[in-house]
Formats: sequence, structure tokens, C-alpha cells
Amino acid sequence: MDLKDEVQRVRFWIKQIGNFWLRLVWHSVHLLVRFWYLGVGVANVIESYLISSGLLKRYRSIDVGKLRYLAIVIESDDACRISKVIQLLQWLQAIGVKHLCLYDTEGVLKKSKESILAKLKNATLFEEADERDSLLDQKHMTLEFASISDGKEAVAKGGNVLFMKYLKMANSGAEQKEQIFTEANMTEALRAAGFGGPEPDLLLVYGPARCHLGFPAWRIRYTEIVHMGPLKSVRYGSLVKAIYKFTTVQQKYGKFLFRVWQSGKNMWTSDPLKKTKTRVDDFLLMIWQLWNVY
Amino acid sequence: MDKHRGSRLSELFGSLGSFFRKCMFCILSMGPIPKHFAFIMDGNRRYAKKEKLEEGAGHRAGFSVLMSMLKYCYELGVTYVTIYAFSIENFKRKPDEVQNLMDLILEKIEGLLKEESLVNKYGIRVYFIGNLKLLSKPVRVAAEKVMKATTNNTKCVLLICIAYTSCDEIVQAVHESCKNKLEEIQPCNSHRSFSGRVEEVDGKSIDDDIGHSVQELFGVQTNELRATRASTFCNDVAEGVERTDKKSGVVGHGVHGSCDKWGEVQSLEASGTRDGVIPNVKSEKLLVDLSILKVVDIESHMYMSVAPNPDIVIRSSGETRLSNFLLWQTSNCLLYSPNALWPDMRLWHLVWAVLDFQRNYSYFEKKKKQF
Repeated sequence: MDLKDEVQRVRFWIKQIGNFWLRLVWHSVHLLVRFWYLGVGVANVIESYLISSGLLKRYRSIDVGKLRYLAIVIESDDACRISKVIQLLQWLQAIGVKHLCLYDTEGVLKKSKESILAKLKNATLFEEADERDSLLDQKHMTLEFASISDGKEAVAKGGNVLFMKYLKMANSGAEQKEQIFTEANMTEALRAAGFGGPEPDLLLVYGPARCHLGFPAWRIRYTEIVHMGPLKSVRYGSLVKAIYKFTTVQQKYGKFLFRVWQSGKNMWTSDPLKKTKTRVDDFLLMIWQLWNVY
Repeated sequence: MDKHRGSRLSELFGSLGSFFRKCMFCILSMGPIPKHFAFIMDGNRRYAKKEKLEEGAGHRAGFSVLMSMLKYCYELGVTYVTIYAFSIENFKRKPDEVQNLMDLILEKIEGLLKEESLVNKYGIRVYFIGNLKLLSKPVRVAAEKVMKATTNNTKCVLLICIAYTSCDEIVQAVHESCKNKLEEIQPCNSHRSFSGRVEEVDGKSIDDDIGHSVQELFGVQTNELRATRASTFCNDVAEGVERTDKKSGVVGHGVHGSCDKWGEVQSLEASGTRDGVIPNVKSEKLLVDLSILKVVDIESHMYMSVAPNPDIVIRSSGETRLSNFLLWQTSNCLLYSPNALWPDMRLWHLVWAVLDFQRNYSYFEKKKKQF
């Protein structure tokens, strides 16, 4: 009997000690991860300092035209730092971003719409700006404010618009009533319900983690989602880098095709050695060259 | 002899590897483990190009990586795994590529049914998520067969998104919930057809005695039917009011408003049994104001409603887009995009994702509680 008790006690202690060690290892692994992110953070700070001081040449000119619509998602707890938000918007204006959407889950930014607009020159609400305005004034910036209610609830409202149509068709006994449920009709219905904003090309997340936090699902099908870190450490350099990266990914693709076309013309004539190589090799070579150019 | 030694060596490495993995998972499970992983398997074609493989070999390499990822997930204690196997957009690719992919998918689906497959080993229940009507018949039949065969598995769940896009899912969910709502207010529907007929009769023979009598006859019926509809409406009004009550605190106003409208409709019903058109128009307005469809309705008709929202979405090959995958479900979900192409994904990518999840766990928990 005593022996059994003893064995059980020993087992219990072994388990306790094992757990303790595992926990210790877990914590130290997370400590390492934290160090890693700290290092990454320091590297980012240095890089963004270099960018904003203009030392890195390639970041000096950005083709903002590629970025037709930008979305910024801000963690609601941070969104109350209005001065930071305004700072961010002024930078974006300086870079030359024309149309953007500001999103936070709880709608903190929506509530302080007026004060944000008052602090910015040449900014109007997206809903108020008509096309004539944006064409006339190149410096103009249109702002859209969104919150979680523009996401799923908006889809429900759009759904109701469709439901009304459906009901009408059901009453008139139309056979094709099931066919009204298409993506095009849904977009139309959302517009009718007042949620017809465009799809952003790029979405910048200011918050602790990379997550879109409930940004209207209907509008982020092919949006690039980039994490920028918390709002309190918002930096001009990192903003420029993110936008630059987006525009060059688009650009690279265009230039790449051009090079393929060009080299395709003299690929088989100029260099006899190349003949033996496969096409894939040439593609990779070109990517490598492009990489070096940038 | 050499061959023999080689196999023994690889066996040794294999068991060493699995031991190492077990230790790592033991350490990881000291923290919170995500319940639901989602994968976008991007970069198979690029991998084939990079490794100079023939077309289609990239996808096969991708499949074997998928199998090991699934194994790791279930060993780690993840209950739900979702994979993006085939998007509706992918149908737009070259026909022979689509055909090859479909053949591969069919082959692998049939492989799931075999005795020694992963599905049986881990007790996985398989769901095929998406607009299955778009698939070719053999694939659809095979998919349904697998779903049926694994109904009794309860340990883990594998959701395979095939012919899926998130926007299509939303539209289909709206469609289904509209259908449901229509069935709910079916009495109103039949009444409408009655009144429609009455109108017709009315229009043709306004002075005809027979016409009038018909109208009266139907009028009585429509009244009854309207009463049944009234009760459905009342329920909806009550629900609507309750919601506004919780959200904005304008209870009195809400109740008052809906009462007003209800009164209006009733008085109209009372006065206008003969011209049944006007109440119809009015009640349509009421329908719009009440918003019959709710987020809950739509959500319950989503394909993905069989599983909780994902905790991590992993997209390989460094792409930062979601490409129309689980847009609705990822409101509070970590998005992780390692640079590796899908066939290059290894255990440590998964481990890193879990570590990242654990770092942000408390933040996401807080977010989930808020909304």
C-alpha cells in the first residue's frame, strides 16, 4: 500500500517537474521570438529613417497613380490618437494619395470625422465629392470613413434590397426569380443601400497584428493587406516603403513583360549558348536582373 | 545490402524527426493552440517552373506537403483545417490545366476513401465547401460520397474549399436566406397571387356583377391570410425593436414608430379590402424599413457555418492578398504569409505561425469578445 502511494507521489512530482521545464522552454522560445521582432523593429526604424532623409534614392519618386484607392485600418484603441491620424493623412497627402478610406472597428474615426476634415486642407468626404471636383483639382483628397457596421450589416441591408426584388418577382410569378442572385446584382444592391465604395488596391493595417479587423468583406477580394505596426510608432519612411513596394510590384510586372518581349526578339539570335537553355532559365535570369536593377 | 542500409537510415531519421516534432509540439502546447487553421496553397506552378518540373508536378508536390501539414496540424491538436483547393476564378485558366487539376483532385478525393488514408487514421470528418454545382459530375459525386462516408468521424474536421469564392458564398447565403424568408411568409405570398388575380378580374370587368362577387369572395380570403401575415410581421417587428433596443437605446421611439406603421397598415387593411393594391404597397415599405434579412440569417446559411471562424490564415509564396478566400470569416484572424512557395513549406513555417498566434492571442480574444 505504501509502495503504491510512493509511486504515485513520485509520478506526480515527475509530471510537475516536466511541466515546469516545458513551461520554461516555452517562455524562453517566446523571449527569443520577441528579440527577433525587436531586431526587425530596429532595422525598420533605421530603414525608414534613411528613406525619410532621402538617402535611399529609389524611394524618392513614387508613381502614386498606380494606387487608385488606399484603405487604412486602425485599431480602435489607438484611433483616439487623432493627432497621429492627422499626421498620417498629411503624409499621405504629401505623397500624393488621392482617394482613401479610413476604417476602425468601433467607428471612433467616423465620430471625429468633422475634426479630421477641418484639420486637412483640400479634403472632402467621399460621398460628397463628385467626379467634377476630383478632375478639376488634382490636389484634392477624398476621404471615406468606415466602421464595422459597413461590413456584415451592410451586406444584410443589400440582401434586403435583393429580397424586395425577389418578393416582387415571386408575386408576379416570374420563373427566373432565382437568377437575380448574382455578384453583379449584389454590388448593385449594396450601392442602392448606400454602401457602394470601391475596392481598395492596398490596405495598411495599424495595429498589433496583421488582420483586417472586419473591413467590408465585399471590398477586399484582391486587396493587398500590409501590416504596419502600432499607430503610436507610425513613421513616414515605412509608409513610403509600403506604397513604393505596392507600386513596384505592379510596375515590375509590367516592365518584366516588356523585357520578356524584348529579349524574346533577340534571344535566339544573339547568343548561341543560350539556345540550349530552356525558356524557364531565361525567365529566372530576367527576374534576377530585375532584382539587381532595384 | 546498401539499399537495406539506406532504408534503415531513413527509418532512423524518420523516427528521430517525429520524436523531435513531438517535443516541439509539447512545448508549443504550453500556450494556446489555434482551433482552426486555413491554408491558401499558392505557388505550385511557380515551384514547378523553379525546379524545372513538368506541368502538374508542382501540384503533386503541393499535395504531399499538404498531407504532411495536415498531419502536423492534427498532431498539434488543431480541430479544424480549411484548405483552398480550387477557386471559381481558377475555372478561367487554360482548359487542359483545369482538366489536369480536376483529375488530380478526383484522384485524391477517391484516395481519401481508402482504409489507410489520413482521414481514417485521425478520424477526420470531411466537408466540401463551395458551389459544388459548378463541378463536373464525377468530382461532385466523389465529394458527396466522401462527405457521407465521414459523417461519423468526430475527432477533427477538414474543410476543402472547392469551386469556392467568398463573394459567391455571400451571394449564395443571401439567396438561401431569402428563400427561407419567402417560405416563412408564404401565406402572404399566396394571398398576393389571389389579389393579383382579383386585380386582373377587376381591371377587365369593372362593372360586371360576377367580377365583383369574385372579388368579394377573394377579399374575405385575403383578409384571413393577411391576418396570418400580420402575426409574422409582428414577430419581425418585435425582433427588430429588440435589436435596436440593445444597440442604440431608443426603445420607446422604435416601438412607437413600428406601432404607428402597424396602425397605419391595419387601418388601410380595414378600409381597403376592395382595393387590395394599396396595403400591399404600404407593407412593402414596411418590409424595407424593418429589414427582414439579418446578419444572423445570412451567417447561418454560409457554407462555412459548419465550423468556427479561423484563427490563422496562412498564404504561402509571400502574397499579401486573400484572393477571395474567407473574407467574411477573417475579421479577427491572424493573416500570415511566409515567403516560401507552397511545396517548400515546412514544419517550421507552421511552428512560426503558431508562435505568432500565441503572441497575439490575448489581443484577438479581446477583439472576439467585443464583437
